[in-house]
Amino acid sequence: MLSVNGINSFYGTSHILHGISLELADGGMFSVLGRNGAGKSTLLRSIIGLNAPRSGEIRFDGADITRLKSHERARLGIGYVPQGREIIPDLTVLENLQLALIGIGRKDDGLPRFVFEYFPALKSLTERKGGVLSGGQQQQLAIARALVQEPKVLLLDEPTEGLQPSVVEEIDNIIKRIHSERNCAILLVEQNLQFVRDITQQFAILETGHIVAAGDIGELTDEVVRKHLSV
Amino acid sequence: MANILDVKGLTTRVSGYTILNNLDFAVEENELRVLLGPNGAGKTTLIAMITGQYKPSSGKIHFAGEDITGMAPDKIFQRGISRKFQVPNMYETLPVFDNVLVSLQANRKVFASLFRKVTPGDAARIWEILEFVGLADRARDPADTLSHGERQWLEFAMLIASNPKLLLLDEPTTGMTEEGKHKTAELIERIARNHTVLLVEHDMHIVRQIAKKVTVLHQGQLLAEGPLADVVANETVRAVYLGKGKFG
Repeated sequence: MLSVNGINSFYGTSHILHGISLELADGGMFSVLGRNGAGKSTLLRSIIGLNAPRSGEIRFDGADITRLKSHERARLGIGYVPQGREIIPDLTVLENLQLALIGIGRKDDGLPRFVFEYFPALKSLTERKGGVLSGGQQQQLAIARALVQEPKVLLLDEPTEGLQPSVVEEIDNIIKRIHSERNCAILLVEQNLQFVRDITQQFAILETGHIVAAGDIGELTDEVVRKHLSV
Repeated sequence: MANILDVKGLTTRVSGYTILNNLDFAVEENELRVLLGPNGAGKTTLIAMITGQYKPSSGKIHFAGEDITGMAPDKIFQRGISRKFQVPNMYETLPVFDNVLVSLQANRKVFASLFRKVTPGDAARIWEILEFVGLADRARDPADTLSHGERQWLEFAMLIASNPKLLLLDEPTTGMTEEGKHKTAELIERIARNHTVLLVEHDMHIVRQIAKKVTVLHQGQLLAEGPLADVVANETVRAVYLGKGKFG
């Protein structure tokens, strides 16, 4: 469904991704791991079109999307939840969600009702400014914002960072439900190994912009972790 | 053992919201205390009050027997309270060694300290600290060539060099790989052998690795306090913070 073929991405003049390839199957759940600066976020940003690769190809549902703008990719069904949530602090919860619909040219459709089934806590906060929400609430809003676009694949950049255990548990449940009930594939960037092992089926480890290990989640042994994810 | 930090009836209101509500809280000398609580419970606000960044609406903070309530941050720093930030502060282009030197001479101006002769005593102390945090072999490298984890350790080295009596660590393992977190936890444990440390940390693996006594804040008040095992068994703590235990 999503295939990344030999992409090279740069940040300014720094060569960040070196010929990265990966395949995400329809309904798949895939984790990308790696140390800080390995290129994980750049990979997601390349897929959503915020950091277009200089070479290589990204295909989604059979179509070449390498040169599309990020809102065009969103319209095709790629949802993106950035690191640090990037909620707009001065807009209300409702406005943050509506903005996502405007972004894909569907502002008159109204918010899909199912969104609040996944995030009942947000329903009572719709008039609250995004900036005053707690970290956990902001993370829920960031996922909800991607979900209103009814994506076929969700790119999640460190969704559990800085969250308390009970909220990590909630996010874990919500992502699993979105995956199974909405048939949405998941591409996760994450440092929390327990979360990665619980939620995904396949993994790849990035090291300075190269994939150095990949496989089924069962192959993500402690030895592999020590070898590639130590400081 | 005497309390080095004593917080009494601390209340903080910000634009109508009560962030800390009549909080009593104390840390003993040479203790490693872990501060837990949901996002928004007031942990970071409490730390900002202790360092003098914000002034409380009411209540008192005593440090080493002295009332430091409302004192300016630099005065509080001079009294021996150092805080580690989530994003490390350092001189990016200076070598690791020189960064620690600047902190060692924190009572002098940065510029002056660079041109002052490094005494053999200073140098020995810096090497000792760099060995301690595991950065001795990076001593001559500029700070901006360090990895994310190494940068955190350099900031620990700089903190130790400033010779604090109380170290405030606000989520120091954020953004690290699990291996990095474990190494950092081990470092904090060693630091705590001869410093008083107040640590805010969400990662329960880390907390379980090093915590002895734990304080849980909730809605600006003390929800629970005691040995880790008792606190994690507390039903209210489970409900508002830990969840069912999958990640706690």
